[in-house]
Amino acid sequence: MSDLSLAFDAALTLVATGDETLSRIILLSLQVSISAVLVAALVGLPLGALLAVARFPGRHGIIITLNALMGLPPVVAGLVIYLLLSRSGPLGSLGLLFTPGAMVIAQALLIAPILAALSRQVLEGLWEEYAEQLRSFGAGTWRAVPTLLWDGRFALLTVLLAGFGRASAEVGAVMIVGGNIEGFTRVMTTAIALETSKGDLPLALALGLVLMAIVLAVNAAAQVARDAAVRRAG
Amino acid sequence: MIRRILILLIMLLPAMPLQAQERSITIASTTSTEQSGLFGHILPEFARATGIAVRVVALGTGQALDVGRRGDADVVFVHDRAAELRFLADGFATRRDHVMFNDFVLVGPAADPAGIDGLRDTVEALRRIAAAGAPFVSRGDRSGTHAAELRLWQQAGIDPAAGRGAWYREIGQGMGPALNTSAAQGAYVLTDRGTWLSFRNRQELRILVEGDARLFNQYGVMLVNPQRHPHVKAADGQRFIDWILSEAGQRSIAGYRINGEQLFFPNATQPEPVS
Repeated sequence: MSDLSLAFDAALTLVATGDETLSRIILLSLQVSISAVLVAALVGLPLGALLAVARFPGRHGIIITLNALMGLPPVVAGLVIYLLLSRSGPLGSLGLLFTPGAMVIAQALLIAPILAALSRQVLEGLWEEYAEQLRSFGAGTWRAVPTLLWDGRFALLTVLLAGFGRASAEVGAVMIVGGNIEGFTRVMTTAIALETSKGDLPLALALGLVLMAIVLAVNAAAQVARDAAVRRAG
Repeated sequence: MIRRILILLIMLLPAMPLQAQERSITIASTTSTEQSGLFGHILPEFARATGIAVRVVALGTGQALDVGRRGDADVVFVHDRAAELRFLADGFATRRDHVMFNDFVLVGPAADPAGIDGLRDTVEALRRIAAAGAPFVSRGDRSGTHAAELRLWQQAGIDPAAGRGAWYREIGQGMGPALNTSAAQGAYVLTDRGTWLSFRNRQELRILVEGDARLFNQYGVMLVNPQRHPHVKAADGQRFIDWILSEAGQRSIAGYRINGEQLFFPNATQPEPVS
């Protein structure tokens, strides 16, 4: 049998037997990546909206920086967070290194620029349509930000999914700050890296297939939810 | 709907052990002990005996010692005697105990272009590899295995750096990736026997040189000095060290086998052999 069909077999077996270790790893992956998306959204979306509506000196500089940060190498993000959270670093007393919390922080750092840059682009288009209307209600720039975020919520869902995709596919940062500790900080991507280095390529690929299935399911669920919401909003 | 999903997501979060409450210690150790499955075998026994969970961060020995130096682990469990003694001398630990040993083996392609199959003399084998210009994969990552490999080259009187970009390939990665690379390139590589026995993607690779006294591989354990790093869980860390050196711990190490083959040999009760 070829490695690929071996991998499919292994993936099916893993899912069919409801392997407990695997479910724990999947749950942690989802918790970490979803938390990271939420944390990053708290910063990224308002920043994106503000950049869409406000005009101030330095705005272009921020936009260029955000666009560049979208390409931040995960290993670099991981290293920065590692040095900050290490016991010998400035935030060492928190004791967060090698915990899921550290992984959330690293992934949030990676995807916040993506959420900010993409939401700015989406909301700028919306703002061009609405600016007149919103201003006629006497809404200032600051008031416009929440309104714009609310009106753009369906388009922003796609932005959040892009962030989730990057977070859940990422391995370099979580490997460094999480330490890939079995039963504690091992997530899908670090498990795949580990099985690859043990030479168990079919199992590694099987885990990869499971990960892709999960990401697909999350995206499908988000799409269904969005469609239902759009229908209700009429 | 979106709001309902958000609420669901937020409900998922508290399940996350941001700061786990269980009693635990962190050990910085090597990929060989983790990936060979040794920890998976002995740690549950330790947890049963003491109620202490052990979190293993598996790195190369050089990196694992760095983690200890920064105070990010309570115990280091590694295999590079010279580097361990430096760690000790620098005051990052106050004592070092030897725990167990296994050995390195020189593996390579079955075709064996350098003709080293069956040699017992590793140094001679390395000379032949260099002379033949046959591809050799080096860890290149300051791990214990990398340090052992560099010592062997030195004993052979060869500077492998001269073969850089040609036959000497430093990949800067763990043992597993080094074996994967060697398998793909038909290259020679020095590996610890534990990782080799548990490695699945061997392809044409096999053991060519083994049984040389110079291939001896000793593991040591140290508690990170709580005077340097006050947050170190000294009591629980010491309990792990006491346990691994005790009869129960040593028996647990000896009991770990793959396909009936013992991977690590406990030697805490004997004087440490110094090569």
